[in-house]
Amino acid sequence: MAYRLKMRIWRGDKDGGALGDYDVEVSEGEVVLDAIHRVQATQAGDLAVRWNCKAGKCGSCSAEVNGKPRLMCMCRLSDFDEEETITVTPMRSFPVIRDLVTDVSFNYEKAKELPSFSPPPRDADNKRRMQQIDVERGQEFRKCIECFLCQNTCHVVRDHEENKKAFAGPRFFLRYAELDMHPLDTNDRRELAQDAAGLGMCNITKCCTEVCPEGIKITDNAIIPMKERVADKKFDPLVWLGNKIGVRNKDNEGRTEL
Amino acid sequence: MASTDARESTGVFGPSRAQIPGKTLRDDRWWLAPLATFTVFTAFIVYATWRAFEGANYYRAPYLSPFYSPCLGDCVKGSSDFGQPFGWWPLSAALIVLIFPLGFRMTCYYYRKAYYRAFWLSPPACAVAEPHTKYTGETRLPLILQNVHRYFWYAAVVVALILSYDTVLAFRDENDHWFHMGLGTLLMLVNVVLIWLYTLSCHSCRHTLGGRLRHFSKHPVRYKLWTWVSKLNAHHAKFAWYSLFSVALVDLYIYLLAAGHITDLRFF
Repeated sequence: MAYRLKMRIWRGDKDGGALGDYDVEVSEGEVVLDAIHRVQATQAGDLAVRWNCKAGKCGSCSAEVNGKPRLMCMCRLSDFDEEETITVTPMRSFPVIRDLVTDVSFNYEKAKELPSFSPPPRDADNKRRMQQIDVERGQEFRKCIECFLCQNTCHVVRDHEENKKAFAGPRFFLRYAELDMHPLDTNDRRELAQDAAGLGMCNITKCCTEVCPEGIKITDNAIIPMKERVADKKFDPLVWLGNKIGVRNKDNEGRTEL
Repeated sequence: MASTDARESTGVFGPSRAQIPGKTLRDDRWWLAPLATFTVFTAFIVYATWRAFEGANYYRAPYLSPFYSPCLGDCVKGSSDFGQPFGWWPLSAALIVLIFPLGFRMTCYYYRKAYYRAFWLSPPACAVAEPHTKYTGETRLPLILQNVHRYFWYAAVVVALILSYDTVLAFRDENDHWFHMGLGTLLMLVNVVLIWLYTLSCHSCRHTLGGRLRHFSKHPVRYKLWTWVSKLNAHHAKFAWYSLFSVALVDLYIYLLAAGHITDLRFF
């Protein structure tokens, strides 16, 4: 059943912009990205929007729908009342390029700062081995599609531009946690996570988890475990004393501090 | 807290961001959760402060209020199961022990989320701009001390053991005869179960038991423990709320008994 949807879409660039009103025909079962495309096709051919897969897997169409960070392609119109006006704006944490498109290069800069996986030499048969339960542990983190909605909603950078230099953000804490839990990684990333990546700036208010379209428990399964690992290294006097007198967690042997 | 002018030139209002009016465009009731948290926590703080400083009406055989357990100060007869090493303490005996459960909850990862949002508005809700112009998170004193959470968890385990002991004693009547059960016993039993669920679902517990490992495969027992605690941990926030209510309810019941406002409903 088709109906007319009232939309407000932010139009503009870094020099300024405003919310524009649109009235567009939509159908049952469509998503916000469909409505945006129809506006683009019928009323505003120059409307800039970044998208790719329309299936919630490429992470391109991140925006804010009625103020909430969402993937437009996973945001069903049936979740809204037909009379309701839907407001679509670009992500508010990143510099705007035009209309709904933002410059997300901050995230790629942060990715470059993160030392990559560093495995040990191969076994004699030229293989590396991991047990299945160790493989399974990191699978949740591999679901990340890099939509950067978590980065966008994190108040540490959303509300404080100056923190961007010192704060990697939840997407990369996920990566730090994945690698630090990885049995084959030879790097000890705990100091780096706390100091260079700014893990201590996170006050675990869980907005990253709330907006993750993949349902990754970023805070509970990555950030908090990483904070606890940092506490092992930097804030726990008993662990420090144990290290001094030779009582060590053998699980960490073979790792090099970064 | 910064001036309005400073606030309006940074963050979502900064020069590179899309110029969108308002600190949020959310039209749902995002303010309800922080408001409810603020109201309930404030009510609990007021109630707990009054009860902690009262120094009376905390024991009515066989029930001892969890706010006063273990009663190590100059406590009323029959309430000190572990002696009175702080008998010289001039203030309420609750103040000697409450630091441990209080510290455990203050540094708890769930409570931190709740009070950072509700009391410090940092942020008040997701995608709602916070009012502060500066933010350093948990990198400096005093908030860097949140990293001692595991030590409060160690203490919380001891407190939970003592509350379990108190609950066992609540199955005796006022003359120390076993096979008694009153409404107070039931409330203490429910409370101690919730306290244990909250304590064992703690993120530091999860880390200590197995989370800190890199090779689950080499530690099958710890891996199993970790999987159990992980299941509990998913409900940590719920247990935090339930146990907050239950501990206040048990204390209130014992207060009403001890002050003579009600008599215990005895089952057998």
